[in-house]
Amino acid sequence: MTTVAPAAKPGTSSEIIVGGLPERRSTWIDWVTTTDHKRIGILYLFTTAFFFLVGGVEALLMRIQLGSPDNTFLDPTTYNQLFTLHGTTMIFMVIVPIAAGFGNFLVPLMIGARDMAFPRLNMLSWWLLVCGGVVLYGSIFWDVAQAGWTSYAPLSSADFLPGSGIDAWIIALHLIGISSVLGAINFVTTIHNMRAPGMSLGRMPLFVWTILVYSYLIIIALSSFAATLAMLLVDRQFSGTFFDQNQGGDPLLWQHLFWFMGHPEVYIMVLPAFGIVSEVIPVFARKPIFGYKAMATSVAAIAFLSVMVWAHHMFATPLPTGVLGFFMITSFAVAVPTGIKIFNWLGTLWRGNIEFRVPLLFAVGLVAQFALGGMTGVMLAVFPIDWQLTDTYFIVAHMHHVLFGGTAFGIMAGLYYWFPKMSGRMLSEGLGKLSFWLMVIGFNATFLPQYSAGLSGMPRRISEYHSGHLTEYNVISTIGSFILAAGVLVTVYNVFMTLRKGRPAGPDPWRANTLEWFTPSPPPEHNFDVIPTVRSLEPMKDIRRDVQEREAALAAGANGNGGGPKITEPPGKQPDPL
Amino acid sequence: MRGRAKPRAAAVVLLLAAVVAVLVLPGVAWADVLTPEDGPTPNAQKVDELYKIVFFIGIAVIGTVWVVLFYSLFRFRARRGRQAPQITGNTPLEIGWTAAATAIVAAITIVTYIYLDDITHPVPSGPEAVAEARDQYATINQPPPPGGKALDIQVSGQQFLWRYQYPNQAVSFHEMVVPRDTTVTLTLKANDVIHSWWIPALGGKLDAVPGYTNKTWFKVSKTGTYEGQCAELCGSGHYAMTAKVTVVEPDQYQAWVENQKKEIQEARTLVQKQRKTIEAELSQ
Repeated sequence: MTTVAPAAKPGTSSEIIVGGLPERRSTWIDWVTTTDHKRIGILYLFTTAFFFLVGGVEALLMRIQLGSPDNTFLDPTTYNQLFTLHGTTMIFMVIVPIAAGFGNFLVPLMIGARDMAFPRLNMLSWWLLVCGGVVLYGSIFWDVAQAGWTSYAPLSSADFLPGSGIDAWIIALHLIGISSVLGAINFVTTIHNMRAPGMSLGRMPLFVWTILVYSYLIIIALSSFAATLAMLLVDRQFSGTFFDQNQGGDPLLWQHLFWFMGHPEVYIMVLPAFGIVSEVIPVFARKPIFGYKAMATSVAAIAFLSVMVWAHHMFATPLPTGVLGFFMITSFAVAVPTGIKIFNWLGTLWRGNIEFRVPLLFAVGLVAQFALGGMTGVMLAVFPIDWQLTDTYFIVAHMHHVLFGGTAFGIMAGLYYWFPKMSGRMLSEGLGKLSFWLMVIGFNATFLPQYSAGLSGMPRRISEYHSGHLTEYNVISTIGSFILAAGVLVTVYNVFMTLRKGRPAGPDPWRANTLEWFTPSPPPEHNFDVIPTVRSLEPMKDIRRDVQEREAALAAGANGNGGGPKITEPPGKQPDPL
Repeated sequence: MRGRAKPRAAAVVLLLAAVVAVLVLPGVAWADVLTPEDGPTPNAQKVDELYKIVFFIGIAVIGTVWVVLFYSLFRFRARRGRQAPQITGNTPLEIGWTAAATAIVAAITIVTYIYLDDITHPVPSGPEAVAEARDQYATINQPPPPGGKALDIQVSGQQFLWRYQYPNQAVSFHEMVVPRDTTVTLTLKANDVIHSWWIPALGGKLDAVPGYTNKTWFKVSKTGTYEGQCAELCGSGHYAMTAKVTVVEPDQYQAWVENQKKEIQEARTLVQKQRKTIEAELSQ
């Protein structure tokens, strides 16, 4: 006898669901003032997608400049501004908030809640993100930051960059940082307090696990970064001396404080993508996730270790050898739980019944490419090797392998996987596969040659190089970047075409495992008519089994009343497209 | 299952690509496409050796991951009517690969410490070194021993130029001239913002940070010119902050230092002469 949620019994439910009202068409005012977590999630996704295209155009401009030696397409100052904007945009305004976008839409649905804990705070987070974007991009009409996304002191001090660009950068990051921290507090509260009956931490979907850990890391890292930014602002505007070695300050202090945010930030960006892959692979391999407990534990372990590795970005600075050794070993330690995740994904695929749908392709793309990014990360952690590789194109290639080959492929997997839930329509498989292959080819053509360019002596952040051994690598890289851009545009086209005339998805097109597929697509504002009791890690499998049993009982002529499971299929269940 | 032929073809192609990559990589690696510059100085050579060891460990690990991944995708692609076994884990296997991953990084740590001293400790100068730099055993973390003779060059980074101060007051910019077969220790400083000294063939880079002193070294056994550039963003002229090290015979070096000193002295005399003329004009 299976357990029944008390709330699921008709007549005892305290919830009143109103149906049959005519739908009112929403205006844009409804969207920007909404407190519905699903709409806020979609707002986040569109905002970050917009900034992703802006950051992508900046990247293409830089690749055009580097496409031929001694090029004069961009002057050096413009080039420095472009890579500063590109890094800041992609990290703080795309990858971090895009995870908040997926999290906003999905976390309440996956844990069986009706909304986030603080719906209005949620809206404020999105508005602060938009304000941060306006400040950063508003600065192009006055003066743009040009010290890189790392803005090392003393270059970022008022002595060397007296314009308002760095100040705008500081204010923009303050706004975005507050947005992220408020969002993180909201996630933590929601996940700890609002799970469906029966959903213990050990039955929580891995994506929710990663969003929980992501939120804790944001609270630790971005709060400390707010203080760091305030110190730089004091130095610049109020004659502070935090980073001025002539007055008792220390330029290395900036690097320590920056990377104390900067390295956890890497895992803030990567972990939610790991969560997406951990949801997608079991569904399309038709097998439960391999080693669930190890997967959840390794997420927490990666987060814990990630706050102890920051100085591996500073191996070339004057630090004692013992300190270098410590940070090498802690960086290696992160490789162990990361390796566990990769092996467990392989374990999930092994002996599965793998369906090659677009979400699976992107998820597998992440596994293959993140493995290479992780390997070059281990190489960089060996500090004598890092003395050769740091601040070169090897680093550029490594971090794009992790953040594009890893995170962006995970996000694409998530987009193709959950778009039917968000919009009610299926993205085109054909265009999705075209986009995937263009992105894989373009991505590798862009970044693999950059490893070699770095090894051959090309530092990062240079706007010009002379003809010679670096030319071939850069030409291939530039061609690859345009193939990659074409791949991204195919998906953008796919999204807009599908919104207009895509095939209806139905509530559960993938025969998936988690609760968001229990509601119609797109979900109603209250998410669930009835919140089911969770009995395992894969509640949708239980629900499907219950429905089958009941149908079998009905077919056998037995009367299905008398305390049988009352969990109902959502209305309008479509036949499985497979 | 629709589209069965496509995933199979794709899987075969990818598996072949992985195998070819694993076979081809070692050959390419030795051609310096996938390894750092194998320079003419012992520290750069040791970094290169260490890199190759870690690189091949990494290739072995990642090759295994890729082969298992592509084999699974090919072998376990969806087939009608097949049910995947509902396995949720395998504790001995999971403990096994956790231990294996730990063992690999532990091994890399040990190898790194075996190589570390050879990379950071300068070797003694050779028999043909310039006289002022013989019997030099300083480590980069310690001052030279009393009586030890060091050819120590002070390197100062400033926007957007490197300045070198040699023993005996000789000075040069952009191009550093050093004698062959002599251990050269560099003392790095920065005058304005952070710069990073990097000549790829002469070993790893080192940051010049305002308020700090950083040390590195090299010893080149054959003459030649080695180029590099600032590796830490230092402003709008960062891309143009290049550096060149020219290694010459010891006697040529002595002649070059004398010439530099002479030219500097001549310039000073000229300046003094001009100042006197100006002062005389002003006092009139």
